[in-house]
Amino acid sequence: MSEKVLMKGNEAFAEAVIRGGVRFYFGYPITPQSEIPEFMSRELPKRGGRFLQAESELGAINMAYGCGAAGGCGFISSSSPGIALMQEGMSFLCGAEVPVTLLNVSRGGPGIGSIQPGQADYNQVTRGGGNGDYRIPVFAPASIQEAVDILYEAPAIADKYRNPVMVLADGLMGQMMEPVVLPEPKEALTSATIPAAKPWAISGSEKGERSVVKSLRLQPEVLEAHVEHLYEKYAEMEQELERVECEGLEDAEVVFVAFGTMARLAREAMELLEAQGIKAGLIRPISLWPYPYSAFDKLSGKTKAVISVELSMGQMLQDIKLGVRGRVPVKLIHRVGGMLPTSLEVVEKTKKILEEVR
Amino acid sequence: MAATKLFFAGSGGQGVLTMGQMLTYAAMYADMNATWLPSYGPEMRGGTANCTVVISPDKPVSCPLIYEADDVVVMNLPSLIKFESLVKPGGNLFVNSSLIEQKATRDDINVYYVPANDIAMKLGNARTANTVMLGALVSVAPVVPVEMIYKIMEKTFSGRKAALLDINKTAFHAWKQEG
Amino acid sequence: MKPVFTVTKGMLPVSTSYCPGCTHGVAHRIIMETLDEMGLLGKTLGVAPIGCSVVAHQFMNVDMCEAAHGRAPAVASGIRRVHPEKVVFTYQGDGDLASIGMGEIVHAAARGEKFSTFFINNGIYGMTGGQMAPTTLIGQRSTTCVDGRTREQAGMPLKICELLATLDGPVYIERVALNSPAHIRAAKKAVRKAFEYQLSGKGFTFVEMLSICPTNWGLTPAKAMDWLEENMMAYYPLGVYKDLGKEAE
Repeated sequence: MSEKVLMKGNEAFAEAVIRGGVRFYFGYPITPQSEIPEFMSRELPKRGGRFLQAESELGAINMAYGCGAAGGCGFISSSSPGIALMQEGMSFLCGAEVPVTLLNVSRGGPGIGSIQPGQADYNQVTRGGGNGDYRIPVFAPASIQEAVDILYEAPAIADKYRNPVMVLADGLMGQMMEPVVLPEPKEALTSATIPAAKPWAISGSEKGERSVVKSLRLQPEVLEAHVEHLYEKYAEMEQELERVECEGLEDAEVVFVAFGTMARLAREAMELLEAQGIKAGLIRPISLWPYPYSAFDKLSGKTKAVISVELSMGQMLQDIKLGVRGRVPVKLIHRVGGMLPTSLEVVEKTKKILEEVR
Repeated sequence: MAATKLFFAGSGGQGVLTMGQMLTYAAMYADMNATWLPSYGPEMRGGTANCTVVISPDKPVSCPLIYEADDVVVMNLPSLIKFESLVKPGGNLFVNSSLIEQKATRDDINVYYVPANDIAMKLGNARTANTVMLGALVSVAPVVPVEMIYKIMEKTFSGRKAALLDINKTAFHAWKQEG
Repeated sequence: MKPVFTVTKGMLPVSTSYCPGCTHGVAHRIIMETLDEMGLLGKTLGVAPIGCSVVAHQFMNVDMCEAAHGRAPAVASGIRRVHPEKVVFTYQGDGDLASIGMGEIVHAAARGEKFSTFFINNGIYGMTGGQMAPTTLIGQRSTTCVDGRTREQAGMPLKICELLATLDGPVYIERVALNSPAHIRAAKKAVRKAFEYQLSGKGFTFVEMLSICPTNWGLTPAKAMDWLEENMMAYYPLGVYKDLGKEAE
């Protein structure tokens, strides 16, 4: 096993995708993730890769589209407003079935909002802001180690499904340091090995049939068939990519639902509640799409309320309610704008909610 | 064993973030779990700096965010005013008395006045004030083994910076020796 | 018997979907013939734009991908990073390149990206039905300026070769026209030069092709050719705007 190293989140994220096979980075500076382009500009050229600072996020996502269409293993990182600007590209990538790994180190909104941590991109990343029928798998790790493991795996998932894959981290995780074990580097494709490995990619090589990467399908029946094909892929992703961690659901009087750093806060609140004689459980969605709806079937008859702990006005509530299906009340504990709740605050609010529902 | 929560605050350039990082490295070398979380953004440039360190000897750190701290280090007056309340009852507050004339107001906590800058000046390197303070903290609250602090010092002060190793080791013990 | 004419393998044996008289077909052909003549067909990656030529990949017989509206230079920059040894080009119209994609083309040119851009300027939005383009001339009619473009209402048409020539990134910029055999022969020479410079790693090359849109101009193809000569060439003079190739050698 490799040695443990202490790394800042943003740098660990970047190192992880390089080890996962990424050789091309396209990005535009935006707080709180600018350490990532900085790291990539230093590291990629040393490892046979290329770094390109784009003129905008719009440029970046389209560079990544070109890179992916040409068979390259590309990576983009940005933060909330930058991800918003990339939505056109996401729809194109899905329509043209081009893989890329994306990282959103999210901050507060709407608009420019703030540069402090936020989770109010939930709808943006799970529902998407691009046009058309498409889906993007989204993973929300809660520790730097988990982020490293997911980012290491993400390029392979993107390649497997020929679809973008998104990792959602909040600004806290980007700035935080935590010991991590880095995985062994994977071998990356080169321009010489791409034509055989990805025959669908455009590579300008005489490999028999020429390749065309496109999302345009002007004939309705052709486009319909294509969208149906995409949704067969998405159905497979729903089967294979759903990830969730559940704790203490058997005898929980109250169950928290939280992702990312908020899941860690909720876990501490569980400990504090237990010390006061209140059993709390936790459902931690690791994949936000596909959403782990079935985890809610594990709720026990003892559970009196499900509480979402979020840094948004309750954007995840809709999915939670789809999972809970009316069995128990669904409540919200949240802060926004870069304000962070404390675990103590979560405990106090939980006790109030329990008074209401008991 | 329960996690230890520590908080370091001061102004930019006082080595506040470094103190927290040294401790986090030492915890990692000692096979403990740890998180280091800085304040970030415009306030970084506004002259104040702070960071939170959570050290958990056995299980993973639940939460890198804290609502109270076992140990708080304040390197300048604004930090004392703002963060004295963060110390949990019975916890420790370390005040850089070289730069803070004011006394702490609470009587339910242990307050240690550490003239970190004065001690550092006496040692001949003003920039070791943060190491003096870290040494004071670890001597009162032994959250990590001293050898692991040495290990990170040896890694940090190597090569061109090797000359700084001895003075930092001396600084680390200086407060206790004076005390 | 020696054939007097062979159809290039660079064009797929299908009819194009372009309107009668449209010069997209001419532009496609001279680009693909040049690649064929240079033996580059199997080594080339093309990027099609949004606009009438969104379907260029149905006619050009090389590996191709589409780009979102205006983004072809960014897409080509990404492709170029993956395949540094191949030939890469973008094919873009005036709405695509000079309006919505102005940011991408300027930055790709400024970076000196080693690909070639062929810019089809017919002064109008074709696919969407004849709206005013950034290159529509003053007085020229379109469906969004039915009495003709005015400076007061829409400002002045953009001269892209002149604009890009102010940058230090490009090595070769030329404006050609596709309205007569002589002009088309000159255009093909420009295309060849662009690819040659790209192959020798000199930097960004750009060829603007003044083109006609008989359908949306409301003219017969023959009259449209004349209109181009009299009006477009007056505002958009043909010529070489930059040629650093010789110096670079």
